[in-house]
Amino acid sequence: MSEKLTPENEPRIPVTPRLGKKSTRVIEHFVAPLEETPLAAVDSVSEGGAPLSLWAEAWRNLRKQPLFIISALLILLVIVVAIAPQWFSSVDPTSCPLADSAEGPRAGHPLGFNLQGCDVYARMIHGTRASLMVGIFTTIGVLIIGGTMGALAGYYGGWLDAILARLGDIFFALPLILGAIVMMQLPAFRDNRSIWTVVLVLVIFGWPQIARITRGAVIENRNADYVTASKALGLSRFSALVKHVIPNSLAPIIVVASISLGTFIVAEATLSFLGLGLPPSIMSWGNDISSAQPQVRNNPSVLLWPAVALSIAVLSFIMLGDALRDALDPKARKR
Amino acid sequence: MVMFTLRRFLQLIPVFFGATLLVYFLVFATPGDPIAALSGGKPMAPAVEAALRAQYNLDQPFWIQYGLYLKNLVTMNLGQTFSGQEVAAVIARAYPVTARLAIMALVFEAFFGVLFGVIAGLRKGKLFDSTVLVASLLVIAVPTFVLGFVLQLVVGVQLGWAKPTVSGSAPWNELILPAVVLGLVSLAYVIRLTRASISENMNADYVRTATAKGLSRRRVVVVHILRNSLIPVVTFLGADLGSLMGGAIVTEGIFNVPGIGNLLYKAILKGESATVVAVVGILVIVFVVANLVVDLLYAVLDPRIRYV
Repeated sequence: MSEKLTPENEPRIPVTPRLGKKSTRVIEHFVAPLEETPLAAVDSVSEGGAPLSLWAEAWRNLRKQPLFIISALLILLVIVVAIAPQWFSSVDPTSCPLADSAEGPRAGHPLGFNLQGCDVYARMIHGTRASLMVGIFTTIGVLIIGGTMGALAGYYGGWLDAILARLGDIFFALPLILGAIVMMQLPAFRDNRSIWTVVLVLVIFGWPQIARITRGAVIENRNADYVTASKALGLSRFSALVKHVIPNSLAPIIVVASISLGTFIVAEATLSFLGLGLPPSIMSWGNDISSAQPQVRNNPSVLLWPAVALSIAVLSFIMLGDALRDALDPKARKR
Repeated sequence: MVMFTLRRFLQLIPVFFGATLLVYFLVFATPGDPIAALSGGKPMAPAVEAALRAQYNLDQPFWIQYGLYLKNLVTMNLGQTFSGQEVAAVIARAYPVTARLAIMALVFEAFFGVLFGVIAGLRKGKLFDSTVLVASLLVIAVPTFVLGFVLQLVVGVQLGWAKPTVSGSAPWNELILPAVVLGLVSLAYVIRLTRASISENMNADYVRTATAKGLSRRRVVVVHILRNSLIPVVTFLGADLGSLMGGAIVTEGIFNVPGIGNLLYKAILKGESATVVAVVGILVIVFVVANLVVDLLYAVLDPRIRYV
């Protein structure tokens, strides 16, 4: 039995040619539907020119994906708001006259006031920066530490892999939020709470995931022909890792990084909500949600708006990750 | 299989020691004195301080402290809380509540997750599929504590269908709402996982063969596709049960569920370092053992995995 069943030699169902009269016969399929590429699509493929790189092809795919366009625009908006909040709100979020305490919306203050009399909309806009900074810097830190650990473990293997994998397992055994809570309540951290301590704590407990993904991706690529070729051409082992293996392993890492950026924003909000995250002096969505919590039954909108902003930001990063996964995974792109 | 189990089990040992050492080191060896924190940073009588240090073994060298901590953890001799209760007894009272909550959340997410995931995966690209996908994205994006507050407010307070907070004995019916909140995020992941797995297997060769030999669609779906697609889902659920058993600090806090997460959070806020270290040590054991079980489950369910 050497003959394999491929679309080329699989028996086709004979189709009766139409002869003048309209045929009303229904053709019954007894085989699973075949994937057939329409001839027009085959013709439109130009065979001249170099094939596009993974990234160029992914970009061509992404530009047509509504999911990507929506999420990219939302992320752009969030970044612009974080950089220049004054463009979006002229109200000072720190001027909180108590006379306005828990007042409803009025002209110039579209979302009303919280219990302290601060403008909810202004605080929502100005809270973007802290939340986004925590997300971005945590992701960068996790990429540096987890990426390095994972790449070294996957590329060199052996005892280094064994040690780094166990180390990752140790940090993995403490769930992100639990570890972060334990660490944030230490006197050394509790007394110096800032964006950077939150980032540090989240990086410490967040890196194993990226390390695992990187390790897997590097292992997949380390024995590829182009790596052997580059070594044959005289590249040192380490240079081959940096120049060839890592760039070719980036796709799954970027997808996971984008999704975890959203998770880190949620983690910061959760920590702040529990009173262990950013100090109350820093405006962030998590802090606003936390301070709105006691009044949630009388004045739910004060809690709702920062939560909506938070969810939109997180959602856009998760959607971006989804879109990137679809575009960067050639297996999924086929159909 | 025996070798595989043994090997996985041996790998757990460094993880257990490493994780407990990490927690113990974080709490007792970093700058800032937990004993000074006990008195709220105010000066303490030297005799009281010495007695407290002796009580928590802090007068010993670090490695001996850690060794004593491990010994206490294994023998469940976990010391006392500030109010003089045995930590082991407090944990024994809180754990059944957390376990009940975790099982309810798991049943909820497994049933609806697989149901919606299968329907969405079989009808990829149709209205139901897109609706479920968008809804699952939304659930993932909205933080648990916001979901908890909104459901508590709407279902518990405004509609009055359930009690907004849980009473001390935590009966099953009062735990439904917290369990739904707890299970919602994982529900979204189960749906997405099932859907992806189903739609991937729909194009597998063995499905084509099953269709070709004339099986009804129903049998193809239930016996061939579903059985193969549920392997990753089952292992995800196993891992999730492990993390659910670790207590849900946020959800238990919102609904005032007297479980292990609530216990831990209150201990953290009160600065009861000894209780925190004891509870986290137990949670690490639970989490690590749950992951071992999942690994073994994976090997049993999927014969393609080699037991090496």
